[in-house]
Amino acid sequence: MPTRLSSPEQLESLRKDILSRRDSKRPIITVCAGTGCQTYGAGDVYQDIVQEVKKQGLETKLEVKATGCHGFCEKGVVVVILPEEICYVKVTAADVPELVGAAAKKILVERLLYVDPTTGQRIAREPDIPFYRNQTRIVFGHNKRIDPKNIEDYIALGGYAALGKALSQMSPEQVLAEVKKADLRGRGGGGFPAGKKWEETRNAPGDIKYVIVNCDEGDPGAYMDRSLTEGNPHAVLEGLLIGAYAIGAREGFIYVRQEYPLACENLNVAIKQAQEYGFLGDNILGSGFGFTVKVHRGAGAFVSGESSALMSAIEGKVGEPRMKYVHTAVSGIKDRPSNLNNVETWATVPLIIDKGADWFRSIGTAGSKGTKIFSLVGKVNNTGLVEIPMGMTLREIIYGIGGGIIKGKRFKGVQTGGPSGGILPEQCLDAPVDFDELAKLGSMMGSGGMVVMDEETCMVDVARYFVNFLCEESCGKCIPCREGLRVLRQILTDICEGRGKPEDIGVIREIAEVMADASLCALGTTAANPVLTTLRYFGNEYEAHIKDKRCPARSCKSLTSYYIDPQKCSACLICRRNCPTGAVNGDKGIVHWIDQEKCSKCGVCFEVCPDRFSAVVRISGEPVPPPPAPGTKVVRKHEG
Amino acid sequence: MKDDMGDTITLKIDGREVTARPGMTVLEAAREAGIEIPALCHHRKTRPYGACRICSVEAEKNGKTKIVASCGYPAEPGLVVRTRSPRIDRIRRAIIELVAPQANTDGDLGGDLKKLADEYGADIHRFEARLQAKSHRCTLCGLCVRYCDEVVGAHAIGFVGRGIDRRVVFFPEKASKVCANCLGCFKICPTGKIGAESDGTYFGFTVDDFLAGRL
Repeated sequence: MPTRLSSPEQLESLRKDILSRRDSKRPIITVCAGTGCQTYGAGDVYQDIVQEVKKQGLETKLEVKATGCHGFCEKGVVVVILPEEICYVKVTAADVPELVGAAAKKILVERLLYVDPTTGQRIAREPDIPFYRNQTRIVFGHNKRIDPKNIEDYIALGGYAALGKALSQMSPEQVLAEVKKADLRGRGGGGFPAGKKWEETRNAPGDIKYVIVNCDEGDPGAYMDRSLTEGNPHAVLEGLLIGAYAIGAREGFIYVRQEYPLACENLNVAIKQAQEYGFLGDNILGSGFGFTVKVHRGAGAFVSGESSALMSAIEGKVGEPRMKYVHTAVSGIKDRPSNLNNVETWATVPLIIDKGADWFRSIGTAGSKGTKIFSLVGKVNNTGLVEIPMGMTLREIIYGIGGGIIKGKRFKGVQTGGPSGGILPEQCLDAPVDFDELAKLGSMMGSGGMVVMDEETCMVDVARYFVNFLCEESCGKCIPCREGLRVLRQILTDICEGRGKPEDIGVIREIAEVMADASLCALGTTAANPVLTTLRYFGNEYEAHIKDKRCPARSCKSLTSYYIDPQKCSACLICRRNCPTGAVNGDKGIVHWIDQEKCSKCGVCFEVCPDRFSAVVRISGEPVPPPPAPGTKVVRKHEG
Repeated sequence: MKDDMGDTITLKIDGREVTARPGMTVLEAAREAGIEIPALCHHRKTRPYGACRICSVEAEKNGKTKIVASCGYPAEPGLVVRTRSPRIDRIRRAIIELVAPQANTDGDLGGDLKKLADEYGADIHRFEARLQAKSHRCTLCGLCVRYCDEVVGAHAIGFVGRGIDRRVVFFPEKASKVCANCLGCFKICPTGKIGAESDGTYFGFTVDDFLAGRL
């Protein structure tokens, strides 16, 4: 067991010692072991690489490391060979022998390199891939260099030096002043200034105060906090420690949602190691400051991410919001001052202390400093985690980093801010991403979910999806939120299913207003935002559903029919074979047609019809043409 | 009014100067001054809960007006409160209309809820047909749950489920031991559901029913 470090100087000599033990030129094969890559089999790939290195007798020449999430989840399993940062994508166990052999000889495995879809060129180095090249990875960047279960990896990169600096060279007031000066705004969604919140807890009466990490991330499509916690848990701990020192807290909690077992595991390993090395416990780095922290595993409720609900859950009560007319910063856990920040906010703090508020302020916009991590998902080519400087436009993110829309389809909307946010249309693509700009447009920054939607997504249906999500995930305590959502869901379902009435739009607005005015917590006051933004930007889709009984995206089942164009059908039988209800008629050489009575509108025929025919079409808002005369034969243009 | 808890607080409610003691809520201060604010989930014996939102009022401080639940908002010096305004009336009417399909008994409301519906001109059948929902005869005000927890200390009745599936249920193993001698929740239930569906030995909506999908 290592001895507890008793000064920042000892930490620095340990860091030098770690580096001296490492051969900076020796190649390291790093395997992304984030949850995304693990689902692609990263665990097996890692084990196979370790075995293969042994088998080829390369233990002295090659090091193997399982790291945190790299972010390019679309391309998992991601393997990067350091120090050159050669990046292999979609690696499987079958690729391992060749990959290891090539790494030892320092040659490339061309076929595993990333291919730029626009130029068709293979790109060898990870930083040169457009997905990474256009990012600014100050918070998330260390993930790929760190084995999250090895504290020495973090220390080697300068980890805990910011804590050492804060404890030995700065007073708590100075730390607080630096964070305030940095204008760090909360990354959990609301964008409340972190320094102001810290100060409120610091100044609140009481000897016992708490600091808390919110890792109850739950917005649909969002997983940046998970990847950061899993991949670089010490950065979160270090930020929390610095905050605790500034605030005057000696105890902390990390609230991790039920569904994040790897985050819990890595955090608990990190806490144990941090205790052994002297970053937790009494007299940290010889400063006299002491701090302990516990991981609190959630019980599977989205609403527990709300601050007062989260604190109730930590107390052992049901995770339900309560009235916060006295802020949780003053009266939180056990009615004591409690400062809650999100994972990303805490992980940013060491950077501010290390490099200074001025450096941090040099990144971003006037009102939003620093960077923000987004999980870029949906109908975009490069899905994954991206970290961008505040102020980058939505277009730069979706096209520059995300590589545009899948299959070259047309962009329709991008959802930010989860169920509290909104859906922004094409005309907002050049808006800079910052807290205030997104709010002006009717959406919000949120915790970082960014779901891209294409022309085939129905915006009324999307609004219904989020309302339905909240019908299940609201706590159900207050009437405006619970009953407002229930009625909104019914109205939106009616509209999607062709029962919408012209007056429904007015009713939606009326309910949305009462929910915003009178709900108990922010989940309820913002719950109607996805509906309101789609009404604002895609009002014509609501109108089409209500007046013309037409779904412009041809996605709502009740308003859409499937039809086989007799001119295009080649009678290949594929749709007939795949139809689960036997609704496709026709035979070899005989044009197919769909029996509308039998059709369940599952869309399988549309999916399987070969692109070169594209004979199956979707029709909405107009009558389905009658089927061709029985026995109509296929006209084959290319035969002869 | 005797002041035995330190300084008194002066605030303005509906244009009247009102005195309150530290720790009092706006609702308590108003009621003590004879100004009525309606509330469904408030009871003097239980802690403020803030679920019904019927007690919403406009609170003005430093020139900014917010809608707050008066049952939980602390009486503050200089606060200007308006208990009625077009906005407040709209909120109360909508809340009654929204909760009516869940709370009615055989298609009508009773007690305070009925009086409020009349006073605020709420159409209690507005969303009924649309939702096609069976009434649970319950506003989920939680008075029964909180009375049992905070006053009796028996924890024999509680909430289960989340969101629109939230329900009040009895926990049979506890209820069978304590309820027959108490029946406090029978009296406190504003819709009369508990008394109507239970006879003190039998409980019509238990956690077992909920888990079996019968509630």
